[in-house]
Amino acid sequence: MSVLVQIAWILQKDLLIEWRARSRMFALVSFALTTLLLFSFAVGPDTKALREHAGGYLWLALLFSSTSLLDRSLRVEEESGAMDSLLLAPTSPTAIFYGKALSNTLQLVVLGVIALPVTLALCDATLTGSPLVLLAALVLGAMGLAAPGTLYAALTARISGQQLLLPLLLFPLIVPALLAAVKATTLVLTGDPMEQSGSWLVLLACFDALYWSICGVLFGRIVET
Amino acid sequence: MPPVIQTRDLSRRFGTRWAYSRIDLEVEAGERVLLIGANGSGKTTLLRSLATLLRPTSGALQLFGMDPRADLHAVRRRLGFFSHKTGLYEDLSARDNLAVLARLAGKQAGRSELTARLAEVGLEDRPDSIRRFSAGMRRRVALAALLLTEPELILLDEPFSALDPAGVSQVADLIRSLPGTVVVTSHQVERAASLCQRAVLLQGGQLRWQGRAEQAWAAWRASQREDAT
Repeated sequence: MSVLVQIAWILQKDLLIEWRARSRMFALVSFALTTLLLFSFAVGPDTKALREHAGGYLWLALLFSSTSLLDRSLRVEEESGAMDSLLLAPTSPTAIFYGKALSNTLQLVVLGVIALPVTLALCDATLTGSPLVLLAALVLGAMGLAAPGTLYAALTARISGQQLLLPLLLFPLIVPALLAAVKATTLVLTGDPMEQSGSWLVLLACFDALYWSICGVLFGRIVET
Repeated sequence: MPPVIQTRDLSRRFGTRWAYSRIDLEVEAGERVLLIGANGSGKTTLLRSLATLLRPTSGALQLFGMDPRADLHAVRRRLGFFSHKTGLYEDLSARDNLAVLARLAGKQAGRSELTARLAEVGLEDRPDSIRRFSAGMRRRVALAALLLTEPELILLDEPFSALDPAGVSQVADLIRSLPGTVVVTSHQVERAASLCQRAVLLQGGQLRWQGRAEQAWAAWRASQREDAT
């Protein structure tokens, strides 16, 4: 069986598990929305500041929620020993990584699409740029979180009771991608007179290419001990 | 025909501690071998190495006459591993779990085949997620999943742990019906010995004794006395 077919099966399996346990997704969405609400309360009734930083709040809410999502996606394999079953099937570790990273990307994009209108409402912001650029920022930003997140989640899921390690390892690594995603999103929300959003998206795509290739190679080293 | 399992001086170290060392073991096709030893004697680590899930630190391991380092996927296609962790997804039903594993193993398993496999373990009429299953029922689903790929070598790690007497009996009957070569570790020495022909005793990570399965209990008791003194 080719690696591409295996990736498709892993993706389908992960999405099926998430669908069957969709109450966890509702909890994740509630967490992201609560985080956004707290940001808006913390800033207060300063509409200008809220509007200017809406992109940042959206991405921070996604980042905080992503740690729970990423941790769960690998913990579900490790706690029941399902990772052993996958490896012995036999499934290539590369296929497991890309299948899981794609599933995590999709879920983060869905979370972003749900959180976006709430961000706009709470921060009194409007879409001034192209929705396509915003969608590209959302997809590329989610990819930037998902690849290193999947890799580190595989590492920390093997250590019981060490869920806090994931954000400690992940957050410093994804700062460049997060910065590019926030900049591209903010330009779509506040206006882009210098047409810089394209450059930020290209930079984000470059980080993604780097993360997805390196993490794909390293994942096998973590799961095959 | 080469032995199904052949190890020479096989050792595995974690940091400075040897989990098992210098293991020489041969298991022929169709043989049923019981691996016994106290907690921490290296049984599970050795079994995971035999299942290609843990690389040995040194020594030689051949499975079906092949080196797993060179033919990893070819070896894995022919073996099945069953641990006290079931290897199943808690949020999926028994049928979904079997379907997922069949697809990943590249096996075309239709609805009727999955139903037949579940019927073999008496769980064909349970559409709910296995989270609601008892420990014994989960073991039975895991065994059904194991048999789906028809492995030639089956490695069972503590198949009776956390089961009540009825569950132990059910799982023992299923193990008795397994085809191919079987290696099993268990603390329920007498029960597991009745399923095997040969027994191997590990003590402090070393292979201390090999003999007929019916002598396993005596060897186990002797090793316990030795450990106590």
